[in-house]
Amino acid sequence: MMTRKHVMGAVPILWLIGWSLASNSPATVHAAGTLLINGAGATFPYPIYAKWFDAYHTAHGDIQINYQSIGSGGGIRQLLAGTVEFGASDMPMTDEQLGQAKMKILHFPTVLGAVVPTYNIPGVSQELKFTPEALAGIFLGTIRKWNDSNLTKANAGVKLPAEDIVVVHRSEGSGTTFVWTDYLSKVSPDWKSKVGAAASVSWPAGLGGKGNEGVSGLVKQTPYSLGYVELIYAIQNNMSYGVVRNSSGNFVKANLASVTKAAAAVAKTMPDDFRVSITNPPGKDAYPIASFTWLLVPSTISDSSKKSAIVGFLHWMLHDGQKMTEALSYAPLPPEVVAKEAKAISQVQ
Amino acid sequence: MTRHQWRKLVNAVMFSITAACAAAAVCVLFWILGFLLWNGGKSLNLSFFTQLPKPPGEVGGGMANAIVGSAQIVLIASLMGIPIGFLGGIYLAEFGTGAFPFFVRYTADLLNGVPSIVMGIFAYAVAVRPMHRFSALAGGVALSVILIPTTIRTTEQFLRAVPQMLREGALALGASKWKSIATVVVPAAVRGVATGIILGIARIAGESAPLLFTSFSNQYWSTSLNQPTASLPVMIFTYAISPYADWHRQAWAAGLVLLALMLLLNISARLVLSPGAPRN
Amino acid sequence: MAATTQKTFLNRLRNGDEVAHLITLMFAASILLIAGLLVLELFGSSTEARHKFGWNFFFTSKWDPVAGQFGALPFIYGTVVTSAVALMIAVPLGIGAAIFLAELAPPRISDALTFIIELLAAVPSVIYGLLAVFALVPLLRDPIQPFLKSILGFLPFFQGPSYGVGFLAAGLILALMVIPFIISISRESLLSVPNDQREAALALGATRWESTWHVVVPYARLGIIGSIFLALARALGETMAVTMVIGNTPQIAASLFATGYTIPAVIANEFTEATENLHLSALVELGLVLFLLTIIINALARLMVLATTRRGTAQS
Repeated sequence: MMTRKHVMGAVPILWLIGWSLASNSPATVHAAGTLLINGAGATFPYPIYAKWFDAYHTAHGDIQINYQSIGSGGGIRQLLAGTVEFGASDMPMTDEQLGQAKMKILHFPTVLGAVVPTYNIPGVSQELKFTPEALAGIFLGTIRKWNDSNLTKANAGVKLPAEDIVVVHRSEGSGTTFVWTDYLSKVSPDWKSKVGAAASVSWPAGLGGKGNEGVSGLVKQTPYSLGYVELIYAIQNNMSYGVVRNSSGNFVKANLASVTKAAAAVAKTMPDDFRVSITNPPGKDAYPIASFTWLLVPSTISDSSKKSAIVGFLHWMLHDGQKMTEALSYAPLPPEVVAKEAKAISQVQ
Repeated sequence: MTRHQWRKLVNAVMFSITAACAAAAVCVLFWILGFLLWNGGKSLNLSFFTQLPKPPGEVGGGMANAIVGSAQIVLIASLMGIPIGFLGGIYLAEFGTGAFPFFVRYTADLLNGVPSIVMGIFAYAVAVRPMHRFSALAGGVALSVILIPTTIRTTEQFLRAVPQMLREGALALGASKWKSIATVVVPAAVRGVATGIILGIARIAGESAPLLFTSFSNQYWSTSLNQPTASLPVMIFTYAISPYADWHRQAWAAGLVLLALMLLLNISARLVLSPGAPRN
Repeated sequence: MAATTQKTFLNRLRNGDEVAHLITLMFAASILLIAGLLVLELFGSSTEARHKFGWNFFFTSKWDPVAGQFGALPFIYGTVVTSAVALMIAVPLGIGAAIFLAELAPPRISDALTFIIELLAAVPSVIYGLLAVFALVPLLRDPIQPFLKSILGFLPFFQGPSYGVGFLAAGLILALMVIPFIISISRESLLSVPNDQREAALALGATRWESTWHVVVPYARLGIIGSIFLALARALGETMAVTMVIGNTPQIAASLFATGYTIPAVIANEFTEATENLHLSALVELGLVLFLLTIIINALARLMVLATTRRGTAQS
């Protein structure tokens, strides 16, 4: 004899189970009118991705692409776990990671960005010049104070204070960290042997922030701090960022021109899977700490409507999307890469 | 100074010190309220409640989807957790002597103390991994696992507080046990039980940690329970650690809304409880 | 008299009471199911890390996802230090306030203030975090920490650069979060002390404070200690507010001004992006450690609180 209470208790649960089972089926998703595609990953390109997905949704009202910036490591992880339809990373997946995947994963470059050293020194508003040795030393913890000779030599006209440098790095697995440490490994044998290049390293010094957002937030609020962020974060938040000496010996500021030049050498020799590093490139005006960033898409997508939505977005991204990058200080892809990529999209089945 | 005067002095001084401690504790609440009202109040406007979030760096937008998302997730958790907690509490109070109920009680108390992030790990394994997606459902599972132990214990407590006379009276009139529970005991305890449930819901509505990797987040409206869903606490976290001033503004506004909700639920729960219901 | 028939299960079910008993029992048993699944999951998902590192996990301080090296020591250290700082601030304040509210204040004021303080317990963690980031950290970075450094700088706890974020910030915000628990439960314990104890002391000529401090508080000490343990368990597991102000650095440092990491904070930050299975397994192992720690402390706490309130009511 079930009391009314028992029945009332059971009904909502049964209803809930029913609803979720129903919602799980593709039919309901389409019936609702909007197709939701979930992606996660890099914070490096988040501002432009957010803009793109927003614009794409305005153009195609029935497609919603939900992108969460949790870091490149997160994007790779969630893609491998199958909880998101695509990932995003500034660090190309390693062969080992690709081997872990149940299906083949394709890399599609989207934009070119730059990682800049951003700092917050009360009283110093000038642009600082950073040598590779200075950057490596600061992040290794061997250069402790702002008025260290390594910094004052390169910045003759600036009065640098005798304060400790507060180093800020990423606390989680980050493609931006990979780009930064990849660069440091190339210019500093000390860094390469002690720390190495990866999405997540054992930092000799400093505080951790979550995402490019967290690092910029910390640097903005902490006096005498130095961190590495993607260019747009420094610009959008009116933060000072420095120029870096490149392989030809010139101090180059990160901007559209210098970032484009960084990719120039590799554009013609881009491998088929698009996995390259462009840090410390040749070229007298090239910015030394630049990188492609990739969307990670499985080569087989079982749901056909999701597949066409993603493929459609990729094509839109290569044409309309590229026109929107400059406003956010990302450099568009070199034309050779665009052409090669347009052909590669057909690999998504 | 005589010994007597010294003792009176000590008495007065300790009175003041302990009063200061109590005042400090009370001031903390007013500090929190003040800060949130000042910073949040400035940023609260209609678009906060009606618009979706904008891309970073663009000013404007709101958290409409997070407000609804939080409601969705809490609703799921409540639908799952309240019946289980309520009926389990009835069991412990009415049928509960012996080893088995003792274990259940003890386990419920222990589960009550488990950090919510550990519950998040549990929900990830139980709901996210098998379904291969982040979802409001998974978030609801995580929160319900926090809600159930609390609800079981508070339901049991308030049912136990109902005088035995009422039960015996019903039984004497010929009602079977379940009927006496359903028609006499539970209605007598309903105020306390409702309070316990409201407080439980208030607690889970403010939780953020377990949602980070269960319901994840979403810039759009969630049209189904099977999709990642935005929620107020997670948005506050994300916006607060970002560098964008506009996002900070919105985090304050969201904080104010969340706190107002918490206080509303808590105060109303306590007011429901106070008139006459058995307090322990 | 009828012979007792063999009651089949279905026969018994026709009896409404048995059905009610069964159904409510199943729902109550769900608690055991949840606990069982939780323990299973925590042990199961941490197997890889447990087998690889064994007990060394707790004594190694290197956390290097790239090299596959995971040591829990910095997180355990951070969790313990922040909780210790929190308790050092919250316990004196909390017990002092509880004494005032239970013994020295007029009842109406006591009830009103207690109501307000218990509302503090309802404030979500992320809101404490919000306040910590925007209100507490700047205060610490500029007036407070340099001040502490200038007068207490000879101690290793107050040395080093002052970032604002760090152990002290996390400890302070935790203190704010656990004070309501200490006050609430200590107050209950003090109130449950039978009145004749107080009256006996007063009859012997003690002042109100002397009666409280020398008679009532010792009587209720188990409950008060229990409240401290409960506060500790709460502080250990606190995630959001701490994640926002701890500085996210897996290191062990003596100074309170230094940045560190706690177990809940690292789980929150790294769970979604642990690409290697070993990394995820190590994080779950940390979760297991946290789980066991809070269970043990909670169990002890409840025993103590129970002992006091039972003793109080039994003898009144």
